[in-house]
Amino acid sequence: MNETIAKLDVAQIRLEFPTLHQEVYGKPLIYFDNGATAQKPKSVIDAISKYYSKDNANIHRGVHHLSQIATEQYEEARKIIQKSINAPASEQVLFTKGTTDGINLVAFSFGQLLKEGDEIIISEMEHHSNIVPWQMLCERQGCTLKVIPINEKGELKMDVFESFLSNKTKLVAVTHISNTLGTINPIKSIVDKAHAVGAKVLIDGAQSIQHAKVDVQDLDCDFFVFSGHKVFGPTGVGVLYGKKEVLDEMPPYQGGGDMIAKVTFEKTTYNELPHKFEAGTPNIAGGICLATAFEYLNSIDMDAIHAHEQDLLTYAESELKQIDGVRLIGTADNKTSVVSFIVEGTHPFDVGTLLDKQGIAVRTGHHCTQPLMDIFKIPGTVRASFAFYNTKEEIDVFITALKRSVNMLL
Amino acid sequence: MTLQEKEQEIIDEFAIYDDWMDKYEYIIELGKELPLIDDSLKTDNRLIEGCQSRVWLNTDFDGENMQFSADSDAIITKGIIALLVRVFNNESPKNIASSSLRFIEEIGLHEHLSPTRSNGLASMIRTMKMEALKKV
Repeated sequence: MNETIAKLDVAQIRLEFPTLHQEVYGKPLIYFDNGATAQKPKSVIDAISKYYSKDNANIHRGVHHLSQIATEQYEEARKIIQKSINAPASEQVLFTKGTTDGINLVAFSFGQLLKEGDEIIISEMEHHSNIVPWQMLCERQGCTLKVIPINEKGELKMDVFESFLSNKTKLVAVTHISNTLGTINPIKSIVDKAHAVGAKVLIDGAQSIQHAKVDVQDLDCDFFVFSGHKVFGPTGVGVLYGKKEVLDEMPPYQGGGDMIAKVTFEKTTYNELPHKFEAGTPNIAGGICLATAFEYLNSIDMDAIHAHEQDLLTYAESELKQIDGVRLIGTADNKTSVVSFIVEGTHPFDVGTLLDKQGIAVRTGHHCTQPLMDIFKIPGTVRASFAFYNTKEEIDVFITALKRSVNMLL
Repeated sequence: MTLQEKEQEIIDEFAIYDDWMDKYEYIIELGKELPLIDDSLKTDNRLIEGCQSRVWLNTDFDGENMQFSADSDAIITKGIIALLVRVFNNESPKNIASSSLRFIEEIGLHEHLSPTRSNGLASMIRTMKMEALKKV
C-alpha cells in the first residue's frame, strides 16, 4: 500500500453513507452497482431535507424572502459546480435532468445548426443515450453518423477515428469512460484531432466525474455532460457544460418560463445564458444538493480515491481470473473501477440473481449498450462497479458468492 | 388435482426452505429438468423478448385443455417457467384465465414478475392467459 492510498480512510468514509449499513436477504449489503447510481452521503441527504424543511420556494421570480434564499442557493450551487469542473463562468453550467437530457439538448439545439451531408462521429462503446439522440438528429437533418470501432480489449481504434475526420465532421460525441467496459478514452487527443478539422466535441462524462478530477478547460471539450446521481448527488438533476461561444450560437431547446427576455404574440426574445436553456421551474433541490455532493467530493483527495479504486480494480480482476470459465469483457490498458464479465455456461441474469440473494448488488444485462454486446457476441455481462467506499473485504465476499453461484448453475 | 391444489403443492414444497439460496437451488434444478422446447418451435412468433432473458412459449389446445411448453436462455427463468407450466398444463382455458397465481407471491418470487425485472416472465404469463382467453 503506498502513501496515497493510506490517506483514504474508507471505514470513516463508509460511516457517511447510511444505505451501505443494512442487510438484504439477511446478508450485509455489498453495493457494487455504482455505475448505475452512487449512494448518497449524509450531507446530501440532510441538504435535501433542509431545503424542503426550510427554504422551499420558486426561484428567479419571487420578491419574497424565501424565493430570494432559494434563488441564491441555486445560483451559488451553479458556482460551486463551475469551480469543481473548472468552467470559465457559471453561466456555462446548465442544469439539466441528467446526462441523457444534456445530450438531447445538444442534439436538438446544436443539431439545428447542422445540414444535410454533415457528419457526426460516435463510438461503438457508447451508451444508448449517446447513440439514439444522434440517430434521431441524422434522420431530421440528413446528417451521417460514423461509428469509431473498438479493438478486442475495448479500446477505440484511433487510426480509424482519424480517418473519419474531415471538413464534413461537425461533432464528435464520445464517452469519457465506458459504462460497460471501464475503458478510459484518450479525450484530449480526440478533442485536439476533432478541433483540427473544425469539429466540436461532446464528452459523455456520466462515468468519469466521480472517478477523476475533471477540468473542462484542460480537456478543451465544447460540451461536457454528466448526471448528479452518479456523483453522489440526487436523481433527476445533471449538468451540461458548454463553451460560451457555442452555447450563444445555439437556439433555445425548450420554450417556457424563465428562458425568455420578452414575450409578445408577434415575437419573443430569449433570456441570456444559462437561463436560455432552462425553461420552466427546474429541479431546485436537485441543483442545490448536487453542489452539496460536489462539496463532499471536493473534501476528499481525488488522487487517493483514484488510487484506492485502482487497487480494488486490480484485486477484483486478479481474483476473477482465477475462477474457471470467467471471461473479462473490457481489458483496456487504461481502465476505471468497472469489471464486466461472463462465466462460460451461465447466463448473466442467473448469476446476478444468485449474487443478489447473497446480498451483493451488481448490474446484469446489456447495460444500455446493445451494439457493444453484439460486437462481443454475448447477451450481456455481469458488471461490478466500485466506488471509493468499497473494500477488498467486500470483493472477497463477492468472489466467494460468485463461486457458489457458478457451482449451482453449472 | 385442481389448479389451486397444484399451487398449494408448490407452496408446500417451498415451505421447507428458509434460506433463499436453497430455494433458488431448487428452482435451478427444476429449470434443468424442464423438457426443452423443440428447436423448430423457437421461432420469432413464440419469442417473448425480455431485457435480460428471453422466453419461448408454445401453446397447444386439444379442444378441452391447454398445454404449454416453454424455454428460456436463463436457468432461473426456466425454473419459474417449469412451475407455471406445471400449474397451467391440462387446465381448461377458463381456469387459466381466471387464475390469480397466488403461489408466486407465496413462495417469494413475485419480484421476478415485476415489469422492471424484464426477464420476460410477466409477458409470458400475460401471453398464457391471453391464449387461454381466446379459447374460452
